[in-house]
Amino acid sequence: MKIVCRCEDITEEDIIKTIDEYGCETLAELKQLLRLGMGYCQGRTCLILAAKILARKTGKTLDEIMPSFRPPVVPVEIGLIGGEDGE
Amino acid sequence: MENKAEVVIIGAGINGCALAYELAKRGKEVVVVEKNYIAYGATGRCGAGIRQQWATKENALLAKKSVEIFEKLSDELGYDIGLRQGGYLIAIHDEEGMEQAKKNVEMQKSIGLPVRIIYEDEIKEIAPILDPKGMETIAATFCPTDGHANPFKTTYAYAIAAKKLGAKIYKFTEVKDIKVKDGKVKKVVTNRGEIETKYVVNAAGAWSKEIAKMVGIEMPNKPVRKEALVTEPLKRMFDCMVISFKHGIYFSQQEEGQILGGIPSPEEKVGYYMEPTFSFLKYMAYMLGKYAPPLKHVSILRQWTGFYDVTPDALPILGETSVEGFIQCNGFSGHGFMIAPMTAKLLAQLICGEKLEMPIDRLNIERFKGEITEEKAVVG
Repeated sequence: MKIVCRCEDITEEDIIKTIDEYGCETLAELKQLLRLGMGYCQGRTCLILAAKILARKTGKTLDEIMPSFRPPVVPVEIGLIGGEDGE
Repeated sequence: MENKAEVVIIGAGINGCALAYELAKRGKEVVVVEKNYIAYGATGRCGAGIRQQWATKENALLAKKSVEIFEKLSDELGYDIGLRQGGYLIAIHDEEGMEQAKKNVEMQKSIGLPVRIIYEDEIKEIAPILDPKGMETIAATFCPTDGHANPFKTTYAYAIAAKKLGAKIYKFTEVKDIKVKDGKVKKVVTNRGEIETKYVVNAAGAWSKEIAKMVGIEMPNKPVRKEALVTEPLKRMFDCMVISFKHGIYFSQQEEGQILGGIPSPEEKVGYYMEPTFSFLKYMAYMLGKYAPPLKHVSILRQWTGFYDVTPDALPILGETSVEGFIQCNGFSGHGFMIAPMTAKLLAQLICGEKLEMPIDRLNIERFKGEITEEKAVVG
């Protein structure tokens, strides 16, 4: 068993099975179906690994299958960013 | 790809996929074409809430009947949609809000919704994390059968069930033109071929306006960028969705424990703008801190944008148009997910010539020629 996404506990088998079953062509679809890359690290470890699996399965280039970037770059506390007065 | 179908649905969001299922169930040959992938647009970016507490009877009824379908949907479709009914708690901030709330509750009760007005003690009991002072609230309305479902799972559940019944769904297939002859739809032209058809359903969400232009129909809809964020997962703290019409905020704790919510961004603007803004992140964090102070220590993992397909009265545009066979299924103004099950059923009944379970004439696009009654109970 090869773990690809540690935050959401997703294996290589899970990814291959989902691509086959749903006909996924992009990482965004794998995110929807598996929560891949939606955990604490925001895909820093797993997205590139999953992208390579998907590229291998679909023959697409990495550019075609990468999802949009969603800020913030690192997790940030609500109290820290929101402050006390909204300014 | 098929070169012929009885119905072509444009857009594989929740409404397109639910309609494909309802039509396939009635034996229609359906093809769904989608420019991106399933739930790429508003569906996959939404707050996932299911609310029946509306100010207009049309929305309240569509939502109530949709909840009745949602409650049985996992069984019907054979796919867990992640439905949870923890209620919606709607903050009331002042006398004016209380007056409107009383009116809403009266109408909602008249159609059989178990809504009630609650005060500080009960607010704290339902969601101990809330701070009524920080929320600047004097009371709230609460409907325990409101809730949320997983938008991805629900859309895939409908899509897979539709496919099993013979519907075809083509991703990455963009509509380039719609051919009309003698006032009737004739053909849908896509980047992957042409499909001859009698019915075209415009379920393209924020892009529905562009689709309608292809048959010469001008729509009053506007695409408005909306933003949302999600935190790290936490142990379960509260079950309800918390919203405020005055502040426009909404947030809930999702299945995996994360807090998901949104608020109108200070930079919100009309048009196809996809970029997330820092000002939203800051403002939403500030308001979350006021509504639920313990969340100040919780980390935000991600923010994103999506579009509301907003109509002048915030009510959807459903039904027939001046072009025969061109059916509208759009203009959901931020609540397309929660009313999709009933909307799909009604449009399937319309297309199949059955008797409609409830009238939708008042939601026809022709209404904008006269005076309109605006839905005021909108957030996000």
